[in-house]
This record gives sequence, structure tokens and C-alpha cells, in this order.
Amino acid sequence: MQLAQVAGTVVASRKDEKMVGVRFLVLKDLDLENRPSGGSVIAADPVGADRGEVVIYSKGSSARQTEITRDRPNDAVICGIVDQWEVGGAEKYRKI
Amino acid sequence: MNLGRVIGTVISTRKVESFDGVKLLIVQPLDEDLKVRGEPVVACDTQQAGPGQIVTFIGGREASLPLPEPFNPSDATITSIVDEVSLAARQK
Amino acid sequence: MKIARIIGTVVSTLKLDQYAGEKLLLARILDPDGSDTPETVVAFDRCQAGEGDVVLMIDEGNSARQVLETGSTGVVRAVCVGYIDSVNIHPSPAESFGA
Repeated sequence: MQLAQVAGTVVASRKDEKMVGVRFLVLKDLDLENRPSGGSVIAADPVGADRGEVVIYSKGSSARQTEITRDRPNDAVICGIVDQWEVGGAEKYRKI
Repeated sequence: MNLGRVIGTVISTRKVESFDGVKLLIVQPLDEDLKVRGEPVVACDTQQAGPGQIVTFIGGREASLPLPEPFNPSDATITSIVDEVSLAARQK
Repeated sequence: MKIARIIGTVVSTLKLDQYAGEKLLLARILDPDGSDTPETVVAFDRCQAGEGDVVLMIDEGNSARQVLETGSTGVVRAVCVGYIDSVNIHPSPAESFGA
């Protein structure tokens, strides 16, 4: 999984019928120092993340392994909202 | 599978149900000389790995299989704690 | 499938129960011409490979589960399935026609 910040939402009124009802967010990848690392991705959101929150997301066929993405054409899914992370004993991020 | 070193932890209380009770660690992938290779990943842990330990982890769809609820979206999971890596003509 | 050279072994006591008794090899993926790539992988062994051997490697889950006969729950991906004696690269069509 990767760490990322929720940068926005995606609204698509015309889409594959298998994707109806799935919420999509724009994620910007973070490095371990909580800085944007340049990458971004559109991910399905089964947990209800808000803009600005930090999340972990999963890529590839693993991203179909949630109830909202099962058997759907999806390749990135949010797995959880991050409260805190630390590296080498030093706290790098804490949710306010 | 790949070699990696546990360098940190991630705490998440609101997550997909299939991750309930699963510990999340930050793993730095390593090459055969245990030097840093590539970007760190967040991995699920089923082996009670601790900070600084060398581990093997598996990526992709197989990463979901070791967890208690196999229908989960993990794309990286720690599969073992490494005691020793021995290379031809030298010991690590 | 890929071509790889065995460069070492990995020893682990604390591991998934399903890995019990399995030898873990450290392998470097090779180019078709036999030169090293930066990629290394920890793989299971089904061809009694030893350090220095060049092997045929599966690096894909479904095939690995069939080779290792783990059923659908096998947490496996890379398996050495054959010892390679030699690799012959055919000349490109342009070369073989003398272009």
C-alpha cells in the first residue's frame, strides 16, 4: 500500500454501469516525510475519506478485493484513513 | 517475494473491515546486499515483525491471502522474518 | 517466465505456517543474453537449484500455486521450476536475411 492525501473528488455521470454507486477520490502520493512525491491516482473509496485526510491505498488486482469494488473494473482502492505514522521512532504525521 | 526492512508503523482506526486487527508497517525494500532499493511501501503484518527487522514480503494479489479475512485489498504483506541471508562466497 | 541466477539463500524461522519445510532462494533476474538486471526476488525451489545455477522462473501467483500444489490459498508467487543448461538466441529476421 501507499500513503497519499485526498486532493479532491471525481464526479462522472456517464461511466461503465459496473462503476455506478462507487465514490472516487483524487489522491496525491506522499513520501515518508509527509510531502507530495509527485504521483497521483484516482481511487475508489469504501471508507468515506474527506478532502485533506491522509489514507493508505492499494493498487492492482488487490484493489478489487473490497465489497464495493468486487468484480468491478477498478485498480486502486482506499484501505484506511491514517491517524498517525512514524518512521524510525520519529512521528511523521498525526491527524489533527 | 522481496526482502525488506521494517522502518515504521502506520496507525489507522477507520479502515476497510477486512483489515480489522491487522497491523500496518512501513517496509523499505532491499536488494541482496540489504541496501535500499526503491520506494517504501505500507505492508500488512502477520508475523509480529518489529522495527529494524529484515523480512520477506509478497506483493500483488497474493498479499491478501495470509490475512485472517482473505477477501481484503492488501497489495503488500509480510510473510516471514529473516534470520540470515547468505550469498555465494560471503555471509550476511 | 523469466531467466534467473541463484545468488543466495534466505533462512527464516518465523514465517507463514504454509512455508514450513520450503527452501527460499535469492535469485537475480537475467536478460535473455545472460547479463544481470537490477531485479532480485525471493523464490521457492522446485528444481533443486543451488548457488550459481541459472534457472527458469515463474513469477506469477496462479501458476506458482499450481506448481507448488497449494490450492487457492497459497501465498506464493516466484518459483524456480527448471534448471537451464543453455539459452540460444536466434538472430533477428533482418540479420538472417543479410539486411
